Amino acid sequence: MTYLDHAASTPMRPEAVERMLPFLAATYANPSGSHAPSRAAKTALEEARETVATHLRATTREVVFTGGGSEGDNLALKGAAWAARERGDADGIVTTGIEHKAVLGAAARLAHEGFRVAHVPATADGIVDLDALASALDSRTAVVSVMLVNNETGVMQPLDAVAALVRERAPRAVLHTDAVQAPQWLDVGIAARDADLVAISGHKFGGPKGVGALVVRNGTTLVPLVEGGGHEWSLRAGTQNVAGIVGLATALRLTHERRAEEVARIGALRDQLEAGLQAALHNMAVNGDPARRVAGVLHAAFPGTEAETLLVALDQGGIYAASGSACSSGSIDPSHVLLAMGMPRDRALASVRFSLGWASTSEDVARALDVIPRAVARLQPAGQFAS
Amino acid sequence: MTRVLVMMSGGVDSSVAAALLAEQGHDVTGVTLKLWGGESDSGCCSVADVEDARRVAAQLDLPHYVFNFTDDFTQHVVAPYVDAYANGRTPNPCIECNRTMKFGRVLERAALLGYDAVATGHHARIVATGDGPRLARGADVAKDQSYVLYMLGRSELARALLPVGELTKADVRTHASRLGLRTAAKPESMDVCFITRGGREQFLSTRTERTPGDIVATDGRVLGRHDGIESFTVGQRRGVGVALGERSYVTDINAPLATVTLGRREDLLRDRVALRDASWVNGPPASGTRVLVQCRAHGDVIAASIVDDVVLFATPQPRVSPGQAVVAYDGDVVLGGGIAV
Repeated sequence: MTYLDHAASTPMRPEAVERMLPFLAATYANPSGSHAPSRAAKTALEEARETVATHLRATTREVVFTGGGSEGDNLALKGAAWAARERGDADGIVTTGIEHKAVLGAAARLAHEGFRVAHVPATADGIVDLDALASALDSRTAVVSVMLVNNETGVMQPLDAVAALVRERAPRAVLHTDAVQAPQWLDVGIAARDADLVAISGHKFGGPKGVGALVVRNGTTLVPLVEGGGHEWSLRAGTQNVAGIVGLATALRLTHERRAEEVARIGALRDQLEAGLQAALHNMAVNGDPARRVAGVLHAAFPGTEAETLLVALDQGGIYAASGSACSSGSIDPSHVLLAMGMPRDRALASVRFSLGWASTSEDVARALDVIPRAVARLQPAGQFAS
Repeated sequence: MTRVLVMMSGGVDSSVAAALLAEQGHDVTGVTLKLWGGESDSGCCSVADVEDARRVAAQLDLPHYVFNFTDDFTQHVVAPYVDAYANGRTPNPCIECNRTMKFGRVLERAALLGYDAVATGHHARIVATGDGPRLARGADVAKDQSYVLYMLGRSELARALLPVGELTKADVRTHASRLGLRTAAKPESMDVCFITRGGREQFLSTRTERTPGDIVATDGRVLGRHDGIESFTVGQRRGVGVALGERSYVTDINAPLATVTLGRREDLLRDRVALRDASWVNGPPASGTRVLVQCRAHGDVIAASIVDDVVLFATPQPRVSPGQAVVAYDGDVVLGGGIAV
């Protein structure tokens, strides 16, 4: 099997699984208790928080464990927007058309509640349009949400420039970044240093699903989504998922330690895949600025094919890739990201994402280069090749 | 063994179709079509239906995919449906869906992907004749769906499998129970899948301008006003809103003039109906060929003959509403059909 869908989810790093196991069995006590078993769980929880804080260049007080990326994004947007509403000093939400649906969904909910919501488009290269962003910001903007790495094209967003604009034009605004796709490729603590809120998700870098973290910096006030027993600095009530948090922390530490080596190795594999496909399929068109892509993503259009059909052919050939954003029914809608980049609908519907990760090998690339060109050629009507 | 792509709606018929084909040793893949992106309360294309189909496929250990044809469905099924009512015709969207989606887009994709055949859970049979495959009525006469598949030509029939057409609905449920399929007791869907709770008129009202006009008698007298021809169907008796002193029927809808004509039942009777866009599985019947025709889903079987795509009824019949399909049979075997003009 050739798994080329790491942007959707990664296999867990074996060390992370190993570290989690005791907390699924022997060490089951509630970390909030006062007895010895609880203290053991609490120690593991707080050690994990230290690990996460270290690798995200935050303090432990700034790390809030969540139930994953979507929850982190929702807590960031709604929490900051509701806090602004309570203060009464701001009512605007500014985000982009290329965000993950967790951000877009939270923004839509806030619009429904009466917040002003603006969606800034992206350029054809997949980069947020900074001029449009500048004009969308004002003194009553409460929250700005711009992702660090796009989940479809893999394009890194210019967060430094975004932050500068926000500080200049929207002094009341809290800057959130959805960094869910970033930790494998970037030192998030540096890349997102100017953001007040930073969301990550364990399963995108070799950790478990259903657990994430939100960094809450600079004294940013959030109204919690889940209230109760005061867990997570009173920002996320509920007994912590100790095993998951330990797994996330372990995976983040390993990702950080191995990042330079893995980025180089995976980047070379991706480039090899891209060059091989380009040589075999002359009309393949890469989506997103190649110079700003993270190392693991190749997002490309195969003119004359329908991605939905191509993915079936690839699945049957043992190549597991993705397209657009799979909705709850499993059907493929044209990617809102590609449409927000101004891409024509037919090219968006002919586009597939191949995403490599820490587990990818040169055998994967060899197999992909064996299967993909044949599958595309079979599906393309005669005469579709440019050469 | 044949590679078969089975369209699984999440209902019991297509669940059993998939199961039987797998039992027969075919290499079966399930696919559920997402056809309607809009709001719908009838349950069709809902996440729950897709989930039912997926779970049945998983139980049968079949690969399962979802094909999103919402753009094509809107263009080829919903838009013509709205257009037909706006022009005083009575469309049959299931037929257009079968023509353009299930045996159009899906068949085309299946061929690209190397499948030998597609299958559905329709109650109709494909029978072999010396002259190639023919569509025939299903074994369960009450559930027969050959009417909505009349357009299938030789090329489609040669690449289609309709396994539950050999069964009665009771047999289908028995098989589903025997196999422990979660859809065994699922109720049938009856309505047009994309029509929402507000019904056809509400659906149409948001998609086409209503065209009010006069209600007239067969002699041209104006009887009153109506607030849109979209509300009427030729042959309709109830809901006309004007009393003629006797039972009255819509005998004609003139879209350009926006008039609806009311008459007595006798005024509805016709001795013929002309067809457009006719398709005949083995070429047009010889002039004067005696056939049986069916003019609506689950409608009566009527003796007739065919001359140049005109159906001549043996005895006068209530007018077939323009837009409805007229399907001709030789006994139980479909010869073809067309759309009433």
